[in-house]
Amino acid sequence: MNGVHDMGGMQGYGPVQPESHEPVFHAPWERQALALTVAMGATGQWNIDQARSARESLPPQRYLQNSYYQIWLDALENMMVARGLASHEEFTSGQVTQPGVPTVKPLPRAKVDAALAQGTSAERPVRQPARFVEGQRVRAHNQHPMGHTRLPRYVRGHVGTVVKVHGVHVLPDRHAAAVQGVDSNEGEWLYAVVFDARELWGPAADPQVQVSVDAWESYLAPLESAA
Amino acid sequence: MDVRVRALQTLLTDKGYVDPAALDRIIETYETEVGPHNGAKVVARAWSEPAYRAWLLRDATAAIADMGYSGRQGEHMVVVPNTETIHNMVVCTLCSCYPWPVLGLPPVWYKSAPYRSKAVMDPRGVLSDFGVSVSADVTFRVWDSTAEIRYLVLPLRPSGTEGWTQEQLAQLVTRDSMIGTGLPLRAQELGVTA
Repeated sequence: MNGVHDMGGMQGYGPVQPESHEPVFHAPWERQALALTVAMGATGQWNIDQARSARESLPPQRYLQNSYYQIWLDALENMMVARGLASHEEFTSGQVTQPGVPTVKPLPRAKVDAALAQGTSAERPVRQPARFVEGQRVRAHNQHPMGHTRLPRYVRGHVGTVVKVHGVHVLPDRHAAAVQGVDSNEGEWLYAVVFDARELWGPAADPQVQVSVDAWESYLAPLESAA
Repeated sequence: MDVRVRALQTLLTDKGYVDPAALDRIIETYETEVGPHNGAKVVARAWSEPAYRAWLLRDATAAIADMGYSGRQGEHMVVVPNTETIHNMVVCTLCSCYPWPVLGLPPVWYKSAPYRSKAVMDPRGVLSDFGVSVSADVTFRVWDSTAEIRYLVLPLRPSGTEGWTQEQLAQLVTRDSMIGTGLPLRAQELGVTA
């Protein structure tokens, strides 16, 4: 989706504002927002691409106005409502009106360290050889899917060079559309593709800037040789 | 927000979806245990041991796990080395992807619209927002974290640090120098004498 989350190359947001001696959290509720998001994610009711999709599907005004942890909370509540795990009335009142869904098992304290240290691998089995090799020139598709995708707008239609073959990773577009947290275990080859800034931003761009994105095979087409 | 989030935590606890003790442990982990001091140790070791540096550049996930850092938001690590002619910078234009096991949780500016919009178009301007500049003949390579690959910048070892221990070197490695929005401290800024 061409949403406001896809910010690369937008202008007018002003300078980056670093904070000196920045605390990890700026308010007590941010601690809870992080922990609730991580703990609910661990229940397996959605996968990371569904969570990202829920965040970038928030109303654009809200996305731009809110802090990142507020975005996480809004998305968390929306995902729970969409899956019948809770209702907006319950979020407003804080009172349980429908008992919890018994199949949702909480992450117990004893398993937190192991879960965080393990994470969730995005790698999937290799089923066929990679289509592209390092050094190959490719063009990112000019495509604008309505659903979740991880091909930023600023590279679409542009030509870059494969600099690294990362392996076979789960395709976010398909992962976000999976039923609940379950995906088909099918992946796609993933590449780091480097673009020259002048290719992306025109002849006035800094010739000494290169930008790399990680792009799945179905985001890319081989560049037809000039010969 | 405090009231809203307290109500949410109560609700999810009462519904049996979360264990409050688990929430406390998650917070404790990212507030007091995991942070850029982890990444700094990785960088200091790479500066000190050529074989470790080679391993880190070849298979960062395994080399970083060897230091005890692994897992959530660092499952697939790639380390990009700065050179005299290349300066690397890491961003996530689409959301907030960041290598948690080595850097902890991302700072607010990393998740903000100014950084996400500007880094891929004007990384030199981003550096000056941080009050930092590099030589005009340096090429910028910006890594947009659009997949589950997480990038860590290996900054150049500052001069005048010959013979320093890894513990001393790690003190020079700032968080921003591992994102590419800063440089390591200079030797004289730390006041260590070899």
